[in-house]
Amino acid sequence: MIGVLLEHDGSRVSRASWEAVAAAQQLAQGSAPLACVVLGHGLDAVAADAAAAGVGPVHVVDDPALALYSPDAYVTGVRAAIDALKPDLVVMAHTYQARDFAPALAARVGAPLVSDVIGVRRDGDAIVLRRPMFQGKLVADVKPVGAKPAFMACQIGAFRADALARGTSPGAVQRVAVDFGPTPSRQVPEAPFREAKQAVDLGQAERIVAVGRGIKAQEHMAVAQDLAAAMGAELAASRPICDNGWLPMDRQVGSSGQTVAPKLYVALGVSGAIQHLVGMKGSRTIVAINKDPDAPIFEVADYGIVGDLFEIVPALIAELKKR
Amino acid sequence: MKIAVCIKQVPTREWHPRLDDTGTWIREGDASYELNEPDAYALEEALRLRERHGGEVVVCSAGPARVQQVLREALARGADRAVHVDAEWLGRADAFVVADALHEALQGEQFDLILTGLQSDDQGHAQMGVVLAERLGVPHSTIIMQVEIADGRLRAKRELEAGWFQWVTMPLPALITIQSGINQLRYATLKGIMAAKKKEIRQVSPAAAPQPRQEIVALAAPSRSKQTAMLSGSPGEIAVELVRRLSDEARAL
Repeated sequence: MIGVLLEHDGSRVSRASWEAVAAAQQLAQGSAPLACVVLGHGLDAVAADAAAAGVGPVHVVDDPALALYSPDAYVTGVRAAIDALKPDLVVMAHTYQARDFAPALAARVGAPLVSDVIGVRRDGDAIVLRRPMFQGKLVADVKPVGAKPAFMACQIGAFRADALARGTSPGAVQRVAVDFGPTPSRQVPEAPFREAKQAVDLGQAERIVAVGRGIKAQEHMAVAQDLAAAMGAELAASRPICDNGWLPMDRQVGSSGQTVAPKLYVALGVSGAIQHLVGMKGSRTIVAINKDPDAPIFEVADYGIVGDLFEIVPALIAELKKR
Repeated sequence: MKIAVCIKQVPTREWHPRLDDTGTWIREGDASYELNEPDAYALEEALRLRERHGGEVVVCSAGPARVQQVLREALARGADRAVHVDAEWLGRADAFVVADALHEALQGEQFDLILTGLQSDDQGHAQMGVVLAERLGVPHSTIIMQVEIADGRLRAKRELEAGWFQWVTMPLPALITIQSGINQLRYATLKGIMAAKKKEIRQVSPAAAPQPRQEIVALAAPSRSKQTAMLSGSPGEIAVELVRRLSDEARAL
């Protein structure tokens, strides 16, 4: 049996969680049964959405203690579901929420957790999980070792939600009873909020010029700005650039910023850390200019240029102006 | 306030990976190393908390002898003393093994607050801090962008995805993992470097290598998911070729 933890927005299961279901199906190969688990409070709509996919029964942990996410309450809730289902493997999406509670859960159960999984296969009775290491410069095949259930968290975008094999009949919805005790969580959460209205919707941009660490200094931002102007592109950046205050935070592309899929994405000195790649790899055409031939950005690029962006970009601007 | 900062030494960003003979790990001897970037932000946050609330900042690292380099660097930036959990096998240890090694060395110290980076730039499990919190029996929160401390309680701003945040309050002692960019880093001054030479690094030898939770069966360069056309030549030639291909082939201009 494989359990899949589904995240949701209060009404629908998240796309990343459907990707996790697809990964679980790939490992199950039609033989191991799948069970979905959802946590929260007031979950009728979410449970119905999960059940409608027909991928397996839906186990619901519904309690006021889970109305706002907190790691302690989630560990208690998921553990109760695990005790009831006794899965060999628990699959989830490698979201910020999973990063917050899953290691605690694995530590308490005494079981391994493999995070950032981008590929799965079976090797006899064992499972082999592929994950990036060293900032994506290498990929490792790892076997979880130790007690069951093994936990795995799938990198967002690594598995295809549309590859999901949907069942013909909806899954049965069952409640899991959990006693959260007088203090469900040592962490007292407040309601999530957005810092400021995003002034720029990069999601609407047809073309984007994105700047990474390779730009080196704030005064060099003008080069990227000129290229963006010559291409009719919006200017964006990877996280370190916005952390430095060289561009406003609302122009950040990546897991903590915006997700974009423009017609053209030009990455200048962007190494391609996974946190950045998840925000832009859906772009139709990707150009990468980087001095490091091993930079992971080249793995998603359609056109790659290994070289000094301070020589190439001015030549590119001059060429674009001829048109 | 007594603050611990767990730091890791990782290969530099410029390092070109080479595998060892087993094909399951890197040639550690070939790599050049530096302080894991998120841990640098955790250290800076600890130094700022000490400036506001007083107390002591202790940096801790688990790894082979080489990790003394990042401990010295942290001492030069202003940490008061260091703990080095010293074992050759910690060089390739997974998050659980590192957490157990640090737990063994730190449990007698009674820290009020433990900080570490949200993940390491080498193995990138993003688990060590949370597992250490479990081992120490203290509450935790992750990917923190702001820290407030008052009346024995910690209020921390968690980063969520896509521009969302959330405040979380918990009693001390507690552990938080710090997101890069939470503050502006300071660098070591000459005075700091000189002072660091006199600061204590306590050596701890862990009892035995615990069972890893993950066995690496293969390590390799990633396969390309796309056919990448690599353009070469002079900058002028590359510019002509790229503009031609973007307009004719990709129809993206």
